[in-house]
Amino acid sequence: MAALHMATAVLGAALMSAALMAVLGHNPWEAFTGLAKGSLGTERELAVTVRKTAPFVLTGLSVTLALKAGLFNFGTAGQFLMGSVGAVWMGIQFEALPGWLHLPLALAVGIGSGSVWGAIPGWLKASTGSHEVITTIMLNYVAALFAGWTVFAGSSLSMTRPGPLWDATAGPVSASPDVLASARIPWILGPPLGIHWGVALALLTALLVWWLMERTQFGFELKTVGAKPLAARYAGMRCGWTTVLAMTWAGGLAGLAGAIETLGVHYKFAPEFGGGVGFEGIAVALLGQGHPLGIVLAALLFAVLDAGALRMQFDSGVPSDIIQVIQTFILIFAAAPALATWLLNRVSRTQRASAAAAGRRA
Amino acid sequence: MAAITQATARFAAGLSLLLLAGAFLVEYAPFADIQALRMLFGTNVLNFALRAAVPLLLGALGGILCERSGIVNIGIEGMMLAGAFAAFVAKTATNHWALGPSLLLGTCATLLTGAAMGLLHALFCLRFGMNQIISGTSLILLSMGISATFFDRDAVAVGTFAPWPVPLLSEWPVIGPLLFNKPPITYVALLTVAVVGFALAHTRWGLRTRAIGEHPRAADTAGVGVAHLQYLNTTLGGALAGLGGGYLVLEAVGQFQEGMTAGRGFIALAAVIFGNWHPVGALGASLLFGYAQAVQNELLLAQVTVLPRHFVSMIPYLVTVIAVSGLAGRVRAPGSLGQPYLRETKA
Repeated sequence: MAALHMATAVLGAALMSAALMAVLGHNPWEAFTGLAKGSLGTERELAVTVRKTAPFVLTGLSVTLALKAGLFNFGTAGQFLMGSVGAVWMGIQFEALPGWLHLPLALAVGIGSGSVWGAIPGWLKASTGSHEVITTIMLNYVAALFAGWTVFAGSSLSMTRPGPLWDATAGPVSASPDVLASARIPWILGPPLGIHWGVALALLTALLVWWLMERTQFGFELKTVGAKPLAARYAGMRCGWTTVLAMTWAGGLAGLAGAIETLGVHYKFAPEFGGGVGFEGIAVALLGQGHPLGIVLAALLFAVLDAGALRMQFDSGVPSDIIQVIQTFILIFAAAPALATWLLNRVSRTQRASAAAAGRRA
Repeated sequence: MAAITQATARFAAGLSLLLLAGAFLVEYAPFADIQALRMLFGTNVLNFALRAAVPLLLGALGGILCERSGIVNIGIEGMMLAGAFAAFVAKTATNHWALGPSLLLGTCATLLTGAAMGLLHALFCLRFGMNQIISGTSLILLSMGISATFFDRDAVAVGTFAPWPVPLLSEWPVIGPLLFNKPPITYVALLTVAVVGFALAHTRWGLRTRAIGEHPRAADTAGVGVAHLQYLNTTLGGALAGLGGGYLVLEAVGQFQEGMTAGRGFIALAAVIFGNWHPVGALGASLLFGYAQAVQNELLLAQVTVLPRHFVSMIPYLVTVIAVSGLAGRVRAPGSLGQPYLRETKA
């Protein structure tokens, strides 16, 4: 059932995107093949797609976990940034540490920074009832400013001093120094392919989250608080505390995504590395139907879209910005199965009607 | 509810009076030379505050229409962005026209696009049973994606609305330049507060809107077409929120940038909540948030070095978080907000 739901959503989104591309005067078939070639065509492109799956899996899990507790985590972008900054802070110092200790510590600091950033709106929600959508989004902006400050190169014009993590040897570029070799995530497949163990860690985390939700008392309480808060309170569960914990976990997952991207891909932090992790986690979570396998598949689809966008633009002329619209279509159809079935019925009915008309003519 | 509403009205009136009193002090009294006071109450900062408050206010009024009918509106940001983009497209397409008609067309485009976004929100929530928060999210992503895809980065919009001084009133000291020498959309926004406030409290439409927001089943039993009114109000609210975005292009900034609403829609939603779902309360909240932006701007211009400028820029966002968090028990949402009203299915 869930698989059918996913397939309908993707099919509906593909139809709408094809229609939009046709309206723009491009050939949808060329665009879709360009997308597939750019993301799955060769070994190297496939590797990029696999690597890009990791952050989508983790932010999708983050949104899913919060959603099970009845919370909308719109803050994955900020939590991701805080995770990146935390991991980099740990990763560029402590040269004496051996790799088996340095890397886990850097990952842990990343997770910790993300979970603090998630816990704040959770705590605000539990203690004051403030709307978590507003607080998480406001904290995204705060996190972006904070992360920007940490590596800011300074400016004599506005008399601003450089940030604490700025790389003084890089000149006027706002970026951190490179992460030390001991804190980098090792390769599963080395360059030129370049798939790092962070991808496996993300998949493992999906399993861990499934176990947490389905096999532990915490998971049970979390789902009960999300589904039936009054019943949960009557049963003696601490709703507020569960809310804080759920957001802490959600923040930690998004923070881990940031840590993996900085320690496994970029090896440094610069403000522009935070881009691209906005509300995609929400779409991945909805398409994945709250199931770890579904989330991994949804994340793979989003990685395909992300990785193939440029090739699509090159091959068919469809602007790569359209990927964002396609993602939105996926979100819409995943969230409203009724809409997808309605559209597919419409299309098949018109096709049947035109086939019948063609039959009459013949 | 009445007592709470009075409290938000008192807050709005109190904040406005405080700012105006400060402005008079700076204008006339010997305090004029104190730089800190000038920074907090000078004409510059208050003008900036109002300019920053107008889009928030229009967004919040749109949100109120929607939420008082029982439908959560996370998508104000998307409606505003769509409105801004529509205004930009219409304005750039008619740059060769006279300025007045071109701006008027931009205004129409922004209203219609906003209304279409509102209607889409209602369709998603009511016709296709989508979760209201997710529907709002999809509006945001849709307008972000569409504006990025179709944005012509070389296009330039020429001209914005000029101030329309109100005869006599604009001559008044301090108050005149602050309130009565403004471009038209600012007046529209301020008038809409009064119109929506009056209509919600004293017309048949208002009574019905409040009824479907509080208790749709009771309203339905009394013969009010719940879904019908929800469609209408969400569409009207979308138009207002769209105008809030159009204001940025047609009156304040004059150009479009990708993602130019920059979280204003969410701050507008915070203003809905902080203003206790009341137009006058939303006015007070918008002024507060606009003022926070203005103070931030003054601090940046004055090159205050105590705090790095990144931290100064956090002020508006932090003020918003504190505002929506400091309200436990002091605001009350419409009774049926966020719960889709499903009529018992017909046999």
